[in-house]
Amino acid sequence: MEQLNTEPTKTTANAQKPFRMSVLVCAGTGCVSNNSFKVMEALQDEIKKHNLEKEIQIVGTGCNGFCAEGPLLVVQPDEIFYAQLKVKDIPLLVEEHFLKGRPVEKFMYTPPEGEVAIPKMSDIDFFAHQRLIALRNRGLIDPEKIDEYIGRDGYTAIAKALTEMSPAEIVQEIVDSGLRGRGGAGFPSGVKWQLCAKQDSDTKYIVCNADEGDPGAFMDRSIIESDPHSVIEGMLIGAFGMGASEGFIYIRNEYPLALERLHVAIEQAEKYGLLGENILGTNFSFKMNVVRGAGAFVCGEETALIASIEGKLGEPRPRPPYPVESGLWGKPTNINNVETWANVPIIIDRGAKWFASIGTETSKGTKVFSLVGKINNTGLLEVPMGITLRDIIYKIGGGIPNGKKFKAIQSGGPSGGCIPEDQLDLPVDYESLSEAGSMMGSGGMVVMDEDTCMVDVARYFLTFTRDESCGKCAPCREGTWQMHEILTKITEGNGTLNDLAVLEALAEVVKDTSLCGLGQTAPNPVITTLRYFRDEYLAHIEKKECQAHVCRELNTYIIHGDVCKTDGKGCGVCRRECPDKAITGEKGKAHVIDQQLCGKCGVCYDVCNFNAITIE
Amino acid sequence: MPKLKIEDLQKIKQRVQQTTNLREGKSRAKITVHMGTCGIAAGARDIMDAVMEIIENNNVDDVIITTSGCAGLCSQEPMATVELPGQTPVKYIDLTKAKIAKIFDGHVMNGKIVADFVLGVGSEQTH
Repeated sequence: MEQLNTEPTKTTANAQKPFRMSVLVCAGTGCVSNNSFKVMEALQDEIKKHNLEKEIQIVGTGCNGFCAEGPLLVVQPDEIFYAQLKVKDIPLLVEEHFLKGRPVEKFMYTPPEGEVAIPKMSDIDFFAHQRLIALRNRGLIDPEKIDEYIGRDGYTAIAKALTEMSPAEIVQEIVDSGLRGRGGAGFPSGVKWQLCAKQDSDTKYIVCNADEGDPGAFMDRSIIESDPHSVIEGMLIGAFGMGASEGFIYIRNEYPLALERLHVAIEQAEKYGLLGENILGTNFSFKMNVVRGAGAFVCGEETALIASIEGKLGEPRPRPPYPVESGLWGKPTNINNVETWANVPIIIDRGAKWFASIGTETSKGTKVFSLVGKINNTGLLEVPMGITLRDIIYKIGGGIPNGKKFKAIQSGGPSGGCIPEDQLDLPVDYESLSEAGSMMGSGGMVVMDEDTCMVDVARYFLTFTRDESCGKCAPCREGTWQMHEILTKITEGNGTLNDLAVLEALAEVVKDTSLCGLGQTAPNPVITTLRYFRDEYLAHIEKKECQAHVCRELNTYIIHGDVCKTDGKGCGVCRRECPDKAITGEKGKAHVIDQQLCGKCGVCYDVCNFNAITIE
Repeated sequence: MPKLKIEDLQKIKQRVQQTTNLREGKSRAKITVHMGTCGIAAGARDIMDAVMEIIENNNVDDVIITTSGCAGLCSQEPMATVELPGQTPVKYIDLTKAKIAKIFDGHVMNGKIVADFVLGVGSEQTH
């Protein structure tokens, strides 16, 4: 320790200094793409200008969660929350708030329906209803400084595990906590650990599945970006409990920021001897490897993931044998997802009983969701299991933008299903979502409003699974292709009632006979939309009508002559823009669309400034 | 860099918490240095520097140091307000480095108001 202090790294030197104010700048991918690094630079310049650098600390944190309002900044200890900051706002902010102590109201967050800005983060609805366990350090620490993680009780759980607990007790603690896999299927993690611990083998492996691939999902990325050490510590505890000495984090290469922070974290942990030989002076040793995935969706399936790590083609294989019996290079292997691992240290630290007191009878703890689509507060949230979908959408999500009507929420990604309005009071847990035909999945939630066509949504997800099917087994390879063909036919207005029957039969066959989870769940979007929105399918088939006007082949664009002439004075913009030359008319006079020539591209509707064009 | 032992974790934690505790809003007292134009002209920056030095030298990790604008009594600057949880704020006037050190020791750390430098107890009514 003496040496640590005399030879301080940049990290320890910064951490030692007391500051009167911490400025926490969100440096998650969402805010970074909204220019938060530039905002941070401007802050540093401005703070230097006022000679405040000894008093005020600027910290780049992981994703704060409220992505819709980025770039974000939280000022502590006042807990003042600033949203949508621009570089040009910084001089005023620094002078007024940081120097003179007057928080600047015009940079604070104002809710969509409200008129008054809310200064404090904990008073904002988006944050007030959340409970952070997996994301316990988000926005509070600099993910690139291991000392800050340690300052928030980091690595005390592995210390406790190594010195006060036997491997069997650790596994039992996870069993008792009721923790279930956060990657999709929700298998009890403790049971999986028990099976792996029982295997008699000199070599065992543990794996972290960070191959997050669902469209609209970014939970795992955000956890690694904001708190990489929580995942590393969780894996250390798992390795000690199950008797493994080597681990792999399989992460997609499309996550450059997460990858970078992971590498920094591993390097720092190795320097501190928290990874490597004789961890914390004990006999326990553990080697961590990072493997980059090339982004194939199927590699999130555990047997395909193992094949990919081994350098083989990323294709699944039949189970059994399960990875716990014969996994990586034929050795017993335990695979858990990022969020599952991030929950482990705090369960060991605070006890299974505490964790099991949160959530519902069958689903314990919290779940991280990424909330996207037609929702005011796009972002990342963590809520206790058992919260209703309605609370997520309206209390945390802030409802649907532009006064539109809610239509459905899609959970579980391409493997999940669409849940309609009348099921919104369902508690969010593994069983309830499955009963509704959807699934917990890894936690992606896509909100849809009245402008969404449910047949088109089913087609969208089938396009995804068709493209991502590895092609190894026929039901998935051919089934997803055929279902996609039928859905396309229906959206183009050529569907028949017989197609609908074939679609339903196909969905059941693909579900029952596919080799892996990808194929087994790919029909879910079709099955749930048929269950809850059958009338929309029928309208497409029988009336050749798409109520949401999404399926363009079914749309008829009509110019209302009177509006065009009186309001628009026959401006002619639509005539000029029409790629099919289907619109005729003269300046000052009403224009007309020739329906025979119309290619239904919708350009005229988009460009008309006078609302003279409607879709029938 | 030497490898950590279990007891080292605790040491790092204590050191880091000097800065992170305040991020979580845990505090024993709040000192507000009035930093309006008048305050800065009268030497409020020196007072701020002195306070920062005191907390650094004494490893204090649970006192919030903040700034605010002019308190209205420009002739008595530099000024500072000390507030302990659940107690009425106390305003100190005509501060110097030596005075703020006494206030820190007496009022902030030991809860005894330093009567010699006090302007008054309490704040203006805001409603």
